[in-house]
Amino acid sequence: MKITEEQVRYVADLANLKLTDDEVRKFQADLDEILVHFDRLNEIETSQFDPMAQVLYEAEETATLRPDRDRPGLGNELALANAPLAGSGYFKVPEVIKR
Amino acid sequence: MDIASLTIDQVQEGLRGRQFSAVELATAALEFARAENLKTNAYLGFSEERALDAARRVDEKLARGEDAGPLAGVPVAVKDVIVTKGVQTTCGSKLLANYIPPYDATAVERLEAAGGVIIGKTNCDEFAMGSSNENSAFGPVRNPHALDRVPGGSSGGSAAAVAQGTAVVALGSDTGGSIRQPASFCGVVGVTPTYGRVSRYGLTAFASSLDHIGPFGHNVRDAARLLNVIAGRDPLDSTSAEAPVPDYLAHMDGNVKGLKLGLPREYLKDLTSESGDLIGKAIETLKKLGCQVRDISLPTTDYAIACYYVIATAEASSNLARYDGVRYTFRSGSSESLNDMYRNTRGEGFGAECKRRIMLGTYVLSAGYYDAYYLKAQKVRGLIARDFSNAFAEVDAIAAPVSPFPAFKIGEKIDDPMTMYLSDIYTITGSLAGIPCMSVPCGKTAEGLPVGMQILAKHFDEARMFRLADAFERAGGAQN
Repeated sequence: MKITEEQVRYVADLANLKLTDDEVRKFQADLDEILVHFDRLNEIETSQFDPMAQVLYEAEETATLRPDRDRPGLGNELALANAPLAGSGYFKVPEVIKR
Repeated sequence: MDIASLTIDQVQEGLRGRQFSAVELATAALEFARAENLKTNAYLGFSEERALDAARRVDEKLARGEDAGPLAGVPVAVKDVIVTKGVQTTCGSKLLANYIPPYDATAVERLEAAGGVIIGKTNCDEFAMGSSNENSAFGPVRNPHALDRVPGGSSGGSAAAVAQGTAVVALGSDTGGSIRQPASFCGVVGVTPTYGRVSRYGLTAFASSLDHIGPFGHNVRDAARLLNVIAGRDPLDSTSAEAPVPDYLAHMDGNVKGLKLGLPREYLKDLTSESGDLIGKAIETLKKLGCQVRDISLPTTDYAIACYYVIATAEASSNLARYDGVRYTFRSGSSESLNDMYRNTRGEGFGAECKRRIMLGTYVLSAGYYDAYYLKAQKVRGLIARDFSNAFAEVDAIAAPVSPFPAFKIGEKIDDPMTMYLSDIYTITGSLAGIPCMSVPCGKTAEGLPVGMQILAKHFDEARMFRLADAFERAGGAQN
């Protein structure tokens, strides 16, 4: 077995995902099967090779750089427009630090 | 006008000949799309106001005798993972059910600037994760060719919209086959351009190193035209390429004599016999057109599924971290603390497939596993890309199947994620290498289910890929 229910709960915690007990059982089985398949990667020798960190091969090193000029942002009102809860120009969340 | 089979050429003739106005066409397309939607669920929403505004602008330009653009008046459907300012964009997720984007994706801006008329947003697997469209929070899409079957995924709504003719062309997104596979299942043309060819600005991120926006059309010409409009450098996406965009149509002269075409032997096993027969016939057609067909090998194919699902889920777990109940519309109602709010919002908001992939991605990136999974997969990805560059030293293009089987029944595979993942084998290799690939219809099974052939080319060689696909289409390749 590649992954236990306890590990599933630990990973869910890292991912900030609340799972039901049924989901934990189901994901344990699913992830186990998938992780067993992932083991196939160990059959291939890669010690001589670099990881493929980017897709564009022939781009210049500076291809992703642009002149640093300011441009207008979204603005406060639009940025907050989809917030489930906002007020006084801020996103509102449950209390973090008790007074 | 027969709205269901309109091509871009026919729209332009109709507008020039005053057979209809852009507003009349948009109105008819919306009405038709709404009626068809009761059967297929291809659309999640319609953008009537925006469509009629865009159509009016086209009519005004035409009335003044101005050029209204290469897509003037053309009804377009846009996958709901691509943001549209002021028009609800749900990504097929309960989490974004009420999300109204404050900006347009670059591809959307460009296609409207070219005269395109966006009629609606199409259904898809939640955050583009799936191969059947069954992972949409708003119900599956039904395949217009067989309503009890899936349209493929994740861009199933866009493929179905073009197949039923409610849109002349559509935008989809492809991370591991999400344009090509639904195109093949629905009998339309679907194109995944070179990584970086089309700006990803405004495409909701799933796996950033693999995500592409690409076009669907009834034929190769229409798909190529839409790509011509949306392709090119965009300062808002630093991975978008500087390479100039050729006029793809100018290369479609039907002449593919002497073109060297590779058939990867690793791709021709495991096909259902009917799909295999149709691919075989398609190869015969290409030979008759003068292509020099030869056997090639892509030896790392067997590792592609594992490689892809490590990288894609790792990137997804990071990209989807932003849906935490703070900024994007949905928040769980019952949380005492900030942490509970995050956990409950995500637990209630994400569907099963997204959760599975977030879990997998978090696991492979977690302490102690990074080297064994993510780093290893990145190295294997380099080898898969090298397989292709070796192949393209010998051949001009590669022909392959898109999917091991044609459209399957709704519900048939949904309980078995591993089987679903394995069915992506022929499309994810091209995605990992970042090369252009497309699906072009190559016939139907005895049951009337469409099958697509995949054509792959080297980086930024879309022109040659289109030339080959167009020649195949003109030779009657879809009528096998």
